[in-house]
Amino acid sequence: MTGEALHRALGLTDDEYALVEGVLEREPNHLELAMFAVMWSEHCSYKSSRLHLRRLPTSAPQVLVGPGENAGVIDAGDGVAIALRIESHNHPSAIEPYQGAATGVGGILRDVFTMGARPLAVMDPLFFGPPDDARARWLVEGVVAGISGYGNSVGVPTIGGELTFDEGYAQNPLVNVLCVGALPRERLVLGRASGVGNLAVLLGSRTGRDGIGGVSVLASAGFAGADGATSLDEEKRPSVQVGDPYEEKRLIEACLALLDEGLVVGIQDLGGAGLTCAASETAARGGVGMDVDVTAVPLREPGMAPWEVMTSESQERMLAIVRPEDLAAVEALCARWEVRSAVVGRVTAPVPDVAGRPVGMLRVRQGFDGPVLAEAPAAALADEAPLYDRPRARPGDLDARLSDDPADEPAGDVAAEVLAALVDPAWAYRQYDSQLFLNTVVGPGRDAALLRLAGPGLPSSERGFALTTDSNPRWCAIDPRAGTALTLVEGIANLACVGATPSAVVNCLNFGNPEHPEVMWQLSEAVDGLAEACRATGLPVIGGNVSLYNESGGRDIDPTPVLGVLGLVERLVAPPPGWTWREGDTVVLVGPREARPDPFPLAGSLFARRRGRRGGRLPAFDDRALATCRFVAGEVARVCAGGASPVAAVHDVSAGGLAAALAEMAAASGVGLAWASPRGHAELFTEAPGRFVVATRDPAGLTGAAEAAGVEASVLGVAGGGRLTLGELCDLAVGGLAERRASALPAALGL
Amino acid sequence: MEYAVRVDVTLKRGIADPEGATIERALPALGYAGVHSVRTGKAFALVVEADSEAGAREVAGSLATRLLSNPVIEDAAVTVVGVG
Amino acid sequence: MSRVGVVVFPGSNCEHDVVSALTALGGRAELVWHAETDLSAYDAVVLPGGFAHGDYLRPGALARFSPVMGAVAALAEAGRPVLGICNGFQVLTEAGLLPGALQKNRGLTFLCQPTTLVVASTRSVLTRGAAVGQELVVPINHFAGSYVCDDATYRALVERDQVVLRYKDNPNGSRGDIAGIANEAGNVVGLMPHPERALTALLGSADGRVLLEGFLAAADDAAAARPLVTAP
Repeated sequence: MTGEALHRALGLTDDEYALVEGVLEREPNHLELAMFAVMWSEHCSYKSSRLHLRRLPTSAPQVLVGPGENAGVIDAGDGVAIALRIESHNHPSAIEPYQGAATGVGGILRDVFTMGARPLAVMDPLFFGPPDDARARWLVEGVVAGISGYGNSVGVPTIGGELTFDEGYAQNPLVNVLCVGALPRERLVLGRASGVGNLAVLLGSRTGRDGIGGVSVLASAGFAGADGATSLDEEKRPSVQVGDPYEEKRLIEACLALLDEGLVVGIQDLGGAGLTCAASETAARGGVGMDVDVTAVPLREPGMAPWEVMTSESQERMLAIVRPEDLAAVEALCARWEVRSAVVGRVTAPVPDVAGRPVGMLRVRQGFDGPVLAEAPAAALADEAPLYDRPRARPGDLDARLSDDPADEPAGDVAAEVLAALVDPAWAYRQYDSQLFLNTVVGPGRDAALLRLAGPGLPSSERGFALTTDSNPRWCAIDPRAGTALTLVEGIANLACVGATPSAVVNCLNFGNPEHPEVMWQLSEAVDGLAEACRATGLPVIGGNVSLYNESGGRDIDPTPVLGVLGLVERLVAPPPGWTWREGDTVVLVGPREARPDPFPLAGSLFARRRGRRGGRLPAFDDRALATCRFVAGEVARVCAGGASPVAAVHDVSAGGLAAALAEMAAASGVGLAWASPRGHAELFTEAPGRFVVATRDPAGLTGAAEAAGVEASVLGVAGGGRLTLGELCDLAVGGLAERRASALPAALGL
Repeated sequence: MEYAVRVDVTLKRGIADPEGATIERALPALGYAGVHSVRTGKAFALVVEADSEAGAREVAGSLATRLLSNPVIEDAAVTVVGVG
Repeated sequence: MSRVGVVVFPGSNCEHDVVSALTALGGRAELVWHAETDLSAYDAVVLPGGFAHGDYLRPGALARFSPVMGAVAALAEAGRPVLGICNGFQVLTEAGLLPGALQKNRGLTFLCQPTTLVVASTRSVLTRGAAVGQELVVPINHFAGSYVCDDATYRALVERDQVVLRYKDNPNGSRGDIAGIANEAGNVVGLMPHPERALTALLGSADGRVLLEGFLAAADDAAAARPLVTAP
């Protein structure tokens, strides 16, 4: 194979190859080319999206570490910092669902404990094709089992996520994973090398041929096959890695102990692009160079070539920067946890370039004093991938879609519509340990998860934190800018249900092929929508991930930005109100009864989607909704602090609209409700976010408090009896509703 | 001498085998009408250094009972499959 | 006050939770590394939940050969309280300190959910503070929690009052709805549910308290029964 053909096979374009030549001022050799190919891949370099991501607001007083490090970190008070990170493992999960999902969990845990934080919880937003298809079922069962198998065993609770079924994900499922960790504020560590002469110590698993080229081959190209299912999968299978949660568990304990004892000066996980990435990023961040002895890396199989060693994505490995005098202590501590350790590199002084500027060089050598096999500026590998301003184009059919509003859809069988919206994801989350560490006050399956801010080694605190992941591809397919902004409101509303005030946002941008101008337009619009919503709410984006090339057979997925929103609760000594109302409670809609500009928009709703309608006008981003969220969060926070509030039950209005929210609460309570006068089916099914169903035993107190806060409150009726009656539109027996909701998912999966 | 040994561990008769039962339930839909009595287990491949085949069998048998199987619910069968 | 050792195998993950639960109840509990061979300083020992040695081979199969297990057996023999929770129960059966074995759940999936337990016997260090027939809501969290044993063993367990806790609504296919058993003397107990996860209404249930309080009281009794040793 000629050099030119080789770079293309590795995923570099001709122009990129020329850039590499320019950086090195010579022709790269095979090893150097392989290293540039993985580091400049879309997955590692964000070369198509970085230009846009710069528009996101990232600073706020609570931010300790913003985007660009392994995880974002905020100050949570009481001497505790919280680290947050979100990632995608879409492509590996599409071809090997168990291992794809499992290694996704493993990877994100390493990102979090790299910051010095103990991982406290994981959430998994999942998107699949309709479950009536054998392949979709195989994917769902495999992904859920993979999360369960790895997460439970590694000892980090999985506290929630999302489970979405839609035609658009049939060949390209999305498996995102979010991890939150906590650390004593002063222990914060950054993934950088420093101190010339310090050692780079590789911890954990041996290096094998698994996952070679994963980032450039698998995560940075679509499934091009017409059916996407079989032939290409076979070809790509070798790029999938196998996870070992037991190795990871020992690695977590060993690394946290190393950090506790101050034995490392910097630490970095090995993820995509393996050792090349860890070595070049730590060196580049520290402004130093590094020599890596490729023969010192413990191998799983004989005969591996240097380029294989340098780009392998074998799991459960970390690179620690250690002072030579601490090496013996590091080795002893690792031995106690049965974690393998090997010195594979040395930090070197930067050398002046032709202009006299210091440049840290990453050199791969055969023996520390042996021949140099590859040599390149660390920063060129880590930070200097080309930035692409790819062409963007507003979709040609956009105007037609925006004017195709589903307001004209007849009501149809409203009761059937309500039942269709009742799906309890318990079949999935029951497979996850959601309670480890004794922190989980509200676990999976509710509006947001709520946890005590406590863990081994943390200063004691009465605070709590809440997490939610939200997405709405139905909204974003119509208008990615407005849809993404509304998604943030939905996240804030979910947090309000458990009394939390939002503090920081992470995003996982799942989009199609960036070489399609419509996809780049969607991405750019979504970023602007998120930026606008963050500015309006004062929230910083502290990290994110971009997953592109989510396509199969030439069809891109609907834009699916997933937002993780972290909230804080000042004092958490009592559980927040749940979904359960009692006989005699007054049921109140808190928040704007009518949205703007249209009062009851159905665009992007589940109701419209089930009728194949993919257009219309979305509700506007609404300050009244944000004020409602603040009011509800404040009332619920009082309950969490052990005080009194008129709020006895609360649930926010989201997918399925007010009708679904009421039905879920009736099912949870076993008590019905008669709402005499809904203004038509559109009011029942509109999904404008930032509205809440609240049950109260003190209606005057609730409406008075709402009025004082400038928030609308409309009494719907009084809970009681055995039927859910919504005007003339719907009359359902409450008995059996809970069982029906519980069995919907297993039934759909044919279990 | 080195002997290649295989140890098959299966659930004892009478112990519920939910995995086997699940596989068996799936068979008719795949067109395997005449297959039944599916039992699951684990197979281990070992190389044992010993003076004789009988010696290798004895070492593997002891290992199979002490570690590889749980005699409360499982049976272990040792087969010497080859030399070196 | 008694000292309780909580054994940490590589792969254990509920050890901190057990220590914090026992401490919250006024007990004194410390982590003990699995390489330890002497537990004579402890009045009682807990094998916590998790995935000791990755649960590779079978849950508990490798842990039973950990150096600490000889000392656990000696403690059990001496009549001091030994409690295995979830993975710890699996280890105790593999080690032969309790009869029977734990198999994969009937539904072949991991299950993390609240369960209602019915106290079947109070003749154990775990249930001594409860009442027969008392219902307790305590979560389970396991893949291999279905208790199995042969007919003779089952009859013996029932006749000797060794079944201490049963599920009200069997989640995993356990024989006789068994959630927890004791040895004949009642000082060694294994159960699949996690009492340390049911210590406060804030986390959903406080019904685990009566179990762990009973265990701590038994540990105190064991401490009181010890020959007095004068410090050198």
